[in-house]
Amino acid sequence: MTKIFDRALYPYARHPDQDANAPVRHKVVIIGAGPVGLAAAIDLAQRGVPVLVLDENDRVSHGSRAICFAKRTLEILDRLGCGDVTTDTGVTWDHGRVFFGEREIFSFNLLPEDGHKRPAFINLQQYYIEQFLVERAQALAAEGAPLEIRGRNRVEAVGAHSDHVRLEIETPEGPYALHADWLIACDGANSPTRRMMGMDFVGRVFEDNFLIADVVMDADFPTERWFWFDPPFNRGQSALLHKQPDNVWRIDLQLGWDIDREAEKAPERVIPRLKAMLGEDVDFSLEWVSIYTFQCRRMERFRHGRVIFAGDAAHQVSPFGARGANSGLQDVDNLCWKLARVIAGQSPERLLDSYDWERVYGADENILNSTRSTEFITPKSETSRLFRDAVLDLAEHHAFARPMVNSGRLSVPCIYDDGPLNGPDCDALPPRTRPGAPAPDAPAPDAPLDNGWLLDQLGRGFTLLAIGADPPEGLHEIDPALTVLVTTRDKAPVLADRFAGPAPSALYLIRPDQHICARWSQASAADVASALARASGLKHGASHD
Amino acid sequence: MTELTLTRNLRDPDGFYSNLMAVHEGLSKPESDALNARLILILANHIGDETVLARALHTAAQSARVADRAGS
Repeated sequence: MTKIFDRALYPYARHPDQDANAPVRHKVVIIGAGPVGLAAAIDLAQRGVPVLVLDENDRVSHGSRAICFAKRTLEILDRLGCGDVTTDTGVTWDHGRVFFGEREIFSFNLLPEDGHKRPAFINLQQYYIEQFLVERAQALAAEGAPLEIRGRNRVEAVGAHSDHVRLEIETPEGPYALHADWLIACDGANSPTRRMMGMDFVGRVFEDNFLIADVVMDADFPTERWFWFDPPFNRGQSALLHKQPDNVWRIDLQLGWDIDREAEKAPERVIPRLKAMLGEDVDFSLEWVSIYTFQCRRMERFRHGRVIFAGDAAHQVSPFGARGANSGLQDVDNLCWKLARVIAGQSPERLLDSYDWERVYGADENILNSTRSTEFITPKSETSRLFRDAVLDLAEHHAFARPMVNSGRLSVPCIYDDGPLNGPDCDALPPRTRPGAPAPDAPAPDAPLDNGWLLDQLGRGFTLLAIGADPPEGLHEIDPALTVLVTTRDKAPVLADRFAGPAPSALYLIRPDQHICARWSQASAADVASALARASGLKHGASHD
Repeated sequence: MTELTLTRNLRDPDGFYSNLMAVHEGLSKPESDALNARLILILANHIGDETVLARALHTAAQSARVADRAGS
């Protein structure tokens, strides 16, 4: 069977730029057509910003790679026009089991809250996400959106200047050069762009190897996340089993540090390991095998003038917690509306510095969580193993110890507390919707769509949401692109509960990336104008150094 | 309550000490270490006050350094 990753989806084709006498200038060039680069291209193109994606390859990535996609990612994909196909293709799960040695010590349910369009998590091979993003990008281009993907265009040199970036590009038919007003580097953890610019990427190396095997099998294991500490089939180490679509199962086995990595990747070594785990009589075939080590690290800054780094190119975490691709998509969500405003002349360049502040904050949160998970899963001293095992022993019998069991703290969206774009808060309103938080979804039964969802109603620009209160007069004069949504507790009780709590009224200013920037119980047009100016980078807030 | 109690708080200190020794009796060193680890986790959860726990961690770490310096 030909897999999607065996097909050229955006084959090399000669472009007139390659025959131009002088380098052609582009508004935005994105390096890398992984999930992060493709999502950025779609987001910018949807905002009318011309964008060119350069990828050294011409197809989606081989192997499942990232498999766990969080609710926030699905919401971002909704905004990008491929949330439905991603959710429908993925496997929705909310149960997990934890084993210690021979015993199951407890099981858990993520207990997703009702009243959200999207589930807490789906599992889906990364190549599917990339395929859906490529298809969405190509559909946008076919509709006339200014988006182009050039396959087998490898960037060989980057020259950063104060008003443009020069790119030297290698193709199957020889080199050419381009100029870009802005460059977004989404070229992965080993980012050649970062290396060419001589940027540091420092952090902590974890001395451990993990075997990833994606196996195809007809097995009747339930759709659950199974995690083993010190299992009989992998003594002293850990193991993970997780289901993906098409009967593909992700198996992750910790191998330790002193191993022969090439030898361990060979099928004659991998297959006996998997048989020990799955049982001798289970039929399976290997789809993808890889051995990885990991680091937790980030760049000091993600914006360097006109070159902006996103995704793994900017930060890298351990895989425990699904914080890689999910945080990369949050980078894109955060960056693209800001860059579009700067390019359109609606905001000053310093708005982009808030990308740096907010996503560095997000990266630090992810690095903290994934470092803690790693320390729990792979204890590196006798004492840390002693306490880790004590937690696991207690967890079998006592509820209090279960929250200490850390087999990965699954990705939740970052809340930009004290972020530079945040405006006024209101103590009478619920903590979960404070400035900096992503707006929680809620049923919006009075929406233009029957039984619609709040997040689908939010605008491409800023949105003012008024609950149990009239929006102030004159908002259109302040921002003609402002979307105004008005509802009441009677019409949308869940929404009112999430956003107003017990308060009789609430007004929220929501950013284009669906994060809340300010809220009031009552607000004047001047209040909204002031918060809008702050969130658009037009007005300095408190300094953040 | 955010103060760590470092004055006498047990009605029967000898009784507690003797119970502590009793649960360790006959255990190997690794078994004893594991029991101590479980005990710390149980007590920490019972205390539940993160400020008190931080002070207890600090006090325990400091006391070791004082004892080392004293050569005991």
